[in-house]
Amino acid sequence: MPTTTISGREVSVDDEGFMTEYDQWDETLAAALAAAIEIEMTDEHWRVIHFLRDDFKVQGETPTIRRITNTGGFDTKQMFVLFPKKPAKKMAYIAGLPKPHGCV
Amino acid sequence: MRNILILGGGTAGTMTANKLRKALPSSQWSITVVDADDAHHYQPGFIFTPFGTYQPDEVTRSRRKFLNKNIPLVYGTIDKVHPDSQRILLLDGRELSYDMLIIATGVIPRPDQTPGMLEGEWRKSIHEFYTYEGSIALAEKLKSWPGGKLVINIVDMPIKCPVAPLEFAFLSDAFFANKGMRDKVNITYVTPLPGAFTKPLAAQAFGDTLEEKGITVEPDFMLERVDPEAKMLVSYDEREIPFDLLVSIPLNMGAEYVARSGLGNELNLVPVDKFTQISKAHDTIFALGDANDIPASKAGSVAHFEVDIFIDNFLLHIAGKEMTHKFDGHANCFIETGHKKAMLIDFNYDVEPLTGKYPYRIGPLSLLKQTRMNHIGKLAFRWTYWNILMPGHSMPVPVLMSMSGKVKE
Repeated sequence: MPTTTISGREVSVDDEGFMTEYDQWDETLAAALAAAIEIEMTDEHWRVIHFLRDDFKVQGETPTIRRITNTGGFDTKQMFVLFPKKPAKKMAYIAGLPKPHGCV
Repeated sequence: MRNILILGGGTAGTMTANKLRKALPSSQWSITVVDADDAHHYQPGFIFTPFGTYQPDEVTRSRRKFLNKNIPLVYGTIDKVHPDSQRILLLDGRELSYDMLIIATGVIPRPDQTPGMLEGEWRKSIHEFYTYEGSIALAEKLKSWPGGKLVINIVDMPIKCPVAPLEFAFLSDAFFANKGMRDKVNITYVTPLPGAFTKPLAAQAFGDTLEEKGITVEPDFMLERVDPEAKMLVSYDEREIPFDLLVSIPLNMGAEYVARSGLGNELNLVPVDKFTQISKAHDTIFALGDANDIPASKAGSVAHFEVDIFIDNFLLHIAGKEMTHKFDGHANCFIETGHKKAMLIDFNYDVEPLTGKYPYRIGPLSLLKQTRMNHIGKLAFRWTYWNILMPGHSMPVPVLMSMSGKVKE
């Protein structure tokens, strides 16, 4: 598994740069990851990211957009405003979770 | 006497019932199947119906006829499962109790889940081919459609037979070419995925095939609503795609009783262990085929391989032993590409579709390549489905995915 340095710390990532160790994550890293994909974190961003983290802990997998909106009560359209173009992928990236697998 | 209830007499339910009946003594276990009606559809045939290749009566058989005669089939609509008291309630008030419950009621397309889809243009300029009625209505539409903008849209994943929308695109290209009107039809493939398919090698191969056939791909498109007056798809990030004919693959959801019984996730799919398909919440419930939430294709081939592994595990489970067999997510799908050719993919949870030969190193089928032999394989499959798979006979192919014949990079 490759590693990379974010905010001066070494973290494990996959080939596409998604963090692979749940416990290596913190908000400082998340902010740096967000900045890398040109997203400036606001309170609203953090609420979504923390929902993803909490849900992953229970379910063992990255929630889909449908789950984030149905279970977390967030508005789908707003997800596209906060994390433009590819919200599911960008949220997972910032939350330090595996890339959501578009089921086949 | 203990009893097994199987909810759903489709692909997974029928195979499971017939195989369990052979594996368990009738003196100790009764097996009952519940379904709303007697029409067992050969769903892979729905891709051919719109183009007039299959007539409606070629894709339907009696559920009763394909179940072992020692398996009662109860006709009824399921209202609710009560997992704690181990009984199910039918809408007409009848109750059935179980020792072990197998949920195999699949998924259905839900156009009602997208605003605008059912308003005004449904079955006029907006169609689908995932139901018996829908595939027939679309066949009628295509007979006289003068051409224009044909848009094929997947609302969200997961869907039944994830390659079927691609097949529809390829077969449309061939259909209009054969009618001498391909130049009057503009085909756009609109998908929430980042490309033609999820797994890299297959996405590349299918993407190339779409391009070769002059079909435009619009990726990362998450549909918010359909505007039936302007005839437009509108995404959550406000992209608009106009259509003259929309062939939609609506959101797929599990049965409503699953939600009412508190057994489903946000898509009414039953959360199960991905290796054994036992419910994560109840050790007297399994969910097989499309009805569960395993990260594999929702496809008959997956149900077939899954049921084979399930039988061995189930026998251990009811004997109070640990389930030691592991389903690997094996899927095997033909993709019709038009002009009497087809592609084939074979993959599982861990190995993406690769190129090579199937089965084993000799073929005669080729993976991720368009060949005539693959097309013959696909057509022969309808016979195999009714005569080998449904009665629960064995197929001469490996149950778990095999690397034999596949080309590794």
